[in-house]
Amino acid sequence: MRGFWAVYKKELYSFWSSPIFYVVAFVFFVLCGYFFYSDVAYYSMISFRAMQNPFMAEQLNITNMVIRPFFLDLSIVFLLLSPLLTMKLYAEERKSGTIELLLTYPISDGALVWAKFFGVVTIFLFLLVGTLPHFLILEYLTDPNWLVIAACYGGILLMGASFISLGLFTSSLTQNQIIAATLSFGALLGFWIISWMGSIVQSTTWKRFFEYLSITHHVEPFTKGLVDVRHIVYYLLFVAFFIFLTRRRIDSYRWHG
Amino acid sequence: MIEAIDLTKFYGPIPAIRDVSFTVARGEIVGFLGPNGAGKSTTIKILTCFMPPTSGTARIDGIDCLENSLEVRRKIGYLPEIVPLYAEMTVQRFLRFCAEAKGIPPKQIKREIDRVVSLCGLSNVENRIIGHLSKGYRQRVGLAQALIGNPSVIILDEPTIGLDPAQIVEIRELIKSLAGKHTVFLSSHILPEVAQTCQRVVIINKGQIVATDTPENLTKQLQRTRQVRLMFDSSVPVEKIQDVMKDIDGVTGFSPANGDGKTWIVETDPDVEVRPALAKAVVESGLGLVEMRSIDLSLEEVFMQLVTEEVVQADESEVQS
Repeated sequence: MRGFWAVYKKELYSFWSSPIFYVVAFVFFVLCGYFFYSDVAYYSMISFRAMQNPFMAEQLNITNMVIRPFFLDLSIVFLLLSPLLTMKLYAEERKSGTIELLLTYPISDGALVWAKFFGVVTIFLFLLVGTLPHFLILEYLTDPNWLVIAACYGGILLMGASFISLGLFTSSLTQNQIIAATLSFGALLGFWIISWMGSIVQSTTWKRFFEYLSITHHVEPFTKGLVDVRHIVYYLLFVAFFIFLTRRRIDSYRWHG
Repeated sequence: MIEAIDLTKFYGPIPAIRDVSFTVARGEIVGFLGPNGAGKSTTIKILTCFMPPTSGTARIDGIDCLENSLEVRRKIGYLPEIVPLYAEMTVQRFLRFCAEAKGIPPKQIKREIDRVVSLCGLSNVENRIIGHLSKGYRQRVGLAQALIGNPSVIILDEPTIGLDPAQIVEIRELIKSLAGKHTVFLSSHILPEVAQTCQRVVIINKGQIVATDTPENLTKQLQRTRQVRLMFDSSVPVEKIQDVMKDIDGVTGFSPANGDGKTWIVETDPDVEVRPALAKAVVESGLGLVEMRSIDLSLEEVFMQLVTEEVVQADESEVQS
């Protein structure tokens, strides 16, 4: 992995010095704040009603009514924003010619791909850390289950990583960042809504197949606090597959110049 | 130090270069000359391990570019044709990245950056953002990036393109100063540049090597005739000149240079030194000689000859086949 740290640091630096990152972070935090507020407001409204209705009070659950919806909202927000973080990874290097520098420096192709991937993952981690204060407020008000929150963060991080790997691949396809972002946005949306196919088809085998393919389907167990190896494997395979495609793409780019 | 053996590269069905072979010795500065689109950049991209050749072998310091690419890349400093820079970085930060990426030990990075910064005259822009620099400074940053880490082979693709004359001279001087310590291979389509900076020239046209030699030898080789220019104080008739020339051994012809009959171009056999005899004959004839000067073929003309000759030969072979 020669050259990994150099490229990784360069990627982070280019995010810190680019306005795209600040705009994405701003929108991300504003939307997360709004979703958190609306989830909590809804929860408190239900709580008031439950005071008159003891049966309803039994159903009240902070995990199901605040934490879980919040993380599902967050996954959609990141689905919409991640193409903007990944679009420049290769496209910009190709456009400006710096790819020629990277490919003639003593950096292995593997190190280059992984450094770019982990660079954006780090940025995503930073965005996630920025949502922690919400749960600290929750901790102050009530008693949330921190293990569930940890499982949620783990799941969302894995899901985000797979979004990023797909965006990395589409960015390697073109010199144009808009095309890269559009392709990755379209593909991500496809991976989200493919689970809806499950409700159209009759056969249970196909239903399960479509659900299994869906990128957002696998994050749901995490939001219930379930950490299942199957879902972790799905995300890791997803990432490995798109990293593999990206490396093939760069090889082909080398041949064709 | 640099060996290219039968390099061929196809872009789809179109060959960009064909059977390109040459070598560059350690410490030499070699120019790679050719018109635009001749295959210079393709050859350079193969040598720098950016792209593999369709067939043939490229070796740097005896190491194969394809088999041991990482090892080769550590030995090369490369400035591509379009100077690749991260516009959002400062010069310092960019060079730090280059040093780290090239695997320079962390303790030496600071010293190495300082060295290339002063070598390339970048000290007063060190902390400025690259995107705000002028073209000349960007070119120098690109050169600094190639020189960082003291690579034994330096490959420059059109290093002076787009610079103003003063900057061109500066960059040329800088390149010349690298001779001996580094092996330099630079491409260009500007002849005086190569003639002034390089010890040897490789000329490529339409993807094939047409000549490899020193600039002086190339000129000599292609000079089939040598010309001497004579200028007189008054108009001289043709008969008079003919009278003077007829007894001189080695004169192959003469013609007036312009209409007034004062200036004449005498063509001579390049193997015979005719100038003493010519001078003597002219003086004895009593003509008022103002100037006598031998005209050398410039590298530009040599280049044009090589390139056009190639076209003529190709046309002939097409006719024959």
